[in-house]
Amino acid sequence: MDILIPTLLTIITAATPLLYAAIGEMITEKAGVLNLGVEGMMLLGAVCGFATVHFTGSATLAILAGFLAGAGLSIIFAVLVLGFQSSQVATGLALTIFGIGLSALLGQNLVGIAYDGLPKLTIPLLYDIPVLGPLLFSHDILVYGSILLVATVAWFLNHTRPGLILRAVGNSHDAAHAIGYHVLRIRFFAILFGGGMAGLAGAYLSLAYSPLWIENMSAGRGWIALALVVFATWRPWRVLIGAYLFGGISILQLHAQALGIGVPSQVMSMLPYIATIAVLVMISRDRNKIRLNAPACIGKPFHPTS
Amino acid sequence: MLFKLIKRPEPSRAMVFVSPLVALGLTLLSGIVLFQIMGVNPGQALYAFFVEPLTSKYGWGELGVKATPLVLIAVALSIGFRAGVWNIGAEGQLTLGAICGGGIALWLYQVDSIFVLPLMVVCGIAGGMLWAAIPAFLRTRFNANEILTSLMLTYVATLFLSVLVHGPWRDPDGFNFPESRIFSDAATLPLILDGTRLHLGWIFALVVVASAWILMARTIIGFQIKVVGEAPAAGRYAGFSVNKVIWFALMMSGGAAGLAGLVEVSGPIGQLLPSISPGYGFTAIIVAFVGRLHPVGVLLAGLLLALSYLGGESAQISLNLPLAVTGVFQGMLLFFLLACDVLIQYRIVPATAKSIAS
Repeated sequence: MDILIPTLLTIITAATPLLYAAIGEMITEKAGVLNLGVEGMMLLGAVCGFATVHFTGSATLAILAGFLAGAGLSIIFAVLVLGFQSSQVATGLALTIFGIGLSALLGQNLVGIAYDGLPKLTIPLLYDIPVLGPLLFSHDILVYGSILLVATVAWFLNHTRPGLILRAVGNSHDAAHAIGYHVLRIRFFAILFGGGMAGLAGAYLSLAYSPLWIENMSAGRGWIALALVVFATWRPWRVLIGAYLFGGISILQLHAQALGIGVPSQVMSMLPYIATIAVLVMISRDRNKIRLNAPACIGKPFHPTS
Repeated sequence: MLFKLIKRPEPSRAMVFVSPLVALGLTLLSGIVLFQIMGVNPGQALYAFFVEPLTSKYGWGELGVKATPLVLIAVALSIGFRAGVWNIGAEGQLTLGAICGGGIALWLYQVDSIFVLPLMVVCGIAGGMLWAAIPAFLRTRFNANEILTSLMLTYVATLFLSVLVHGPWRDPDGFNFPESRIFSDAATLPLILDGTRLHLGWIFALVVVASAWILMARTIIGFQIKVVGEAPAAGRYAGFSVNKVIWFALMMSGGAAGLAGLVEVSGPIGQLLPSISPGYGFTAIIVAFVGRLHPVGVLLAGLLLALSYLGGESAQISLNLPLAVTGVFQGMLLFFLLACDVLIQYRIVPATAKSIAS
C-alpha cells in the first residue's frame, strides 16, 4: 500500500498532459482538421508557462500563458490551412518544427531553474477517506480540470447543438456549408481549442510533471496524443482511458528502472513509443472501425467557392 | 475578408518557381524583425547567417558536407510525398543506417581493406530500409498510419543507439565516455576537395539526385507513384498496386536516410556518438517542399537549408546568438512557402463590395 498510492498518483500526473493534448486534438479532428503540430504547440505552452511562473510567480498566470501560447501558435496553422488552403499534413509538421525551434530560443535562459510545482488543492473531509482520499482528492487544479474537461467535451459533442454542428462540419463540410454553417469559422475555433489544450498540456509538463524547462521536454508526447485520438476512436471517455493507460506505461518504465531490472534504462524508455505503435496497429487493423468512427472529411481542405 | 481566392483553371507553372523565392524573401524580412526584437543588428546578423559561412573555400566545403544528408534524404522523401506516403521518421532510419554501417566499421576496425567501406555503405542502406520496412508493413498489412509509426520508431532508434554507445560499443580506451572507437582509415569516407571536409558522400548525393530524376521522369514505377499520389482512384482503376507504391516509397526513403546516416558517421563524425544528427531527417521534409518535390529543386533547397545550419553556427560564434534560431528560420521558411503555394492553385483578388455580393 505504501508504494501503491504514490505510484498511482504519478500515473495521474503522467496521464494529465496526454489527456489535455489528446482531447484538444480530438475536437480539432472532429471538425475535420488534422493538426500534426501538437508537439510544437505543447513545447511553446511549456516554455511560456514556465517563463511566466518564473517571472511573475503566479501559477494562474502561467497556466493562462500556456493556454494562450498553444492557441496563438495554432492561429498560424489555422490561417495557413483555412485561409491559404495549404496541406494540413505539411503545415502541421512545419508547426512542430517551428515550435521546437521557437521554444528553444525563448527558453535559452530558463534552463536549469527549478520551480516548486503547482500547489495541491486538498479537498477537506473527502481527503480523510482512507486510500481513496489521498488518491483522488489531493491534486493540482489541472488534474481536476482535465476530468472536468473530458466530461464537458463528451456532453458538448453528444448532447448539444453546437457539438452536433461541429461533427457535421467534420463529417461533410459540403453539406454543412449548404445548410448555411460557416465551415471555416467553426474549424478555426476547433483548431484554436486544440492549440489551447496542447498549450495547457505543455504547461502541465513544465509546471507540474517535472517543474523545470528543458529543450524538447515533451519528448514525443504530442505525437503520442495524436495516436491516442485514433486509439480512442474519437470518443472522449476512451481518450481518458487511453491517457491513463499510457501514463501507466511511462511510470511502469520508471519504476522498473528503479527496481534495477537487468535491462538498460534506454530499453525501458522505449516502452511508451513501442506501446503507441502496438496500440495503433490493434485499432487500425479493423478498417471498418476506423471508417465508421473517423470524421469523414479529416485532412480535406474546404474552399467555399469551389 | 480583405481578399478573395479565385481558383485558377489550371495550376500556374510560373508560381511553382516563384513561390519559394517569395517565401525566402519573406523569411529574410521576418528574420530582420526577429533580430531587431532580440536586440541584434539585423545587418550584422544576416551577414553572419548567410554570407560569412561562404567567404572561404572551407566554408563552401562545409556547405556540401551539411547539404549531403539533407539532399540524400529529401530526394527520396519527395518521391514518397508525391505518392502520398508520409515518412516522417527519416531521422530514425538515418540513425539505424549509422548503427548498421558503423557497426561494420567497429567490427572490422583492424581490417585494412578497400572492401570495408562498400560493405558499410550496403549495411547502412539496409539498416535504413529495415527500419522503414516496419511502418511499410504495418501500413500495408494493418492499415496503421505511417506518420505516427515512423515517428515513434525515431525515438526507439535514438534510444537504441544510446544503449549501444553507452554499453557494448563504447570505446574501451575512451575514459568511459559514451562514444565508440574512432573509425579506421579504411572505414572513413575519402575527402574529395583539398582544404575542406567535403567527402565522397557528396558524390553519392548527386548520383541519387540524378537517379531520382530518371526514376520519376522515365520509368513506369515513377509514373505509378505520381498517379497514385495525385489520383488514387485512377491508379486503382489502372490496376496499380497501392501497397507496392507504399513499399517502394518507404524502402527508397529508408535506404536513402540510412545512407545519409552512414555517410555522417563515416564522414564528418568518424565514430558513433549518442547524437549523430541535428535533425537532418526533419529538416529534409522542409527541403523536399522547398525543392518542389523535384530532384533538382531538392538539390538547390538542400544547399539553402545547409546554409541555415552553417549560418546558425557562425551567428552563434560571432554574435552569440542561440543555435535554436536555425530551427525558427527553417520553420518560418516552410510556413511562408506553404502560404505562397496558394498562388499555384488560386489567384488572389481584392475583395470589393461587388465580388463579396456575387
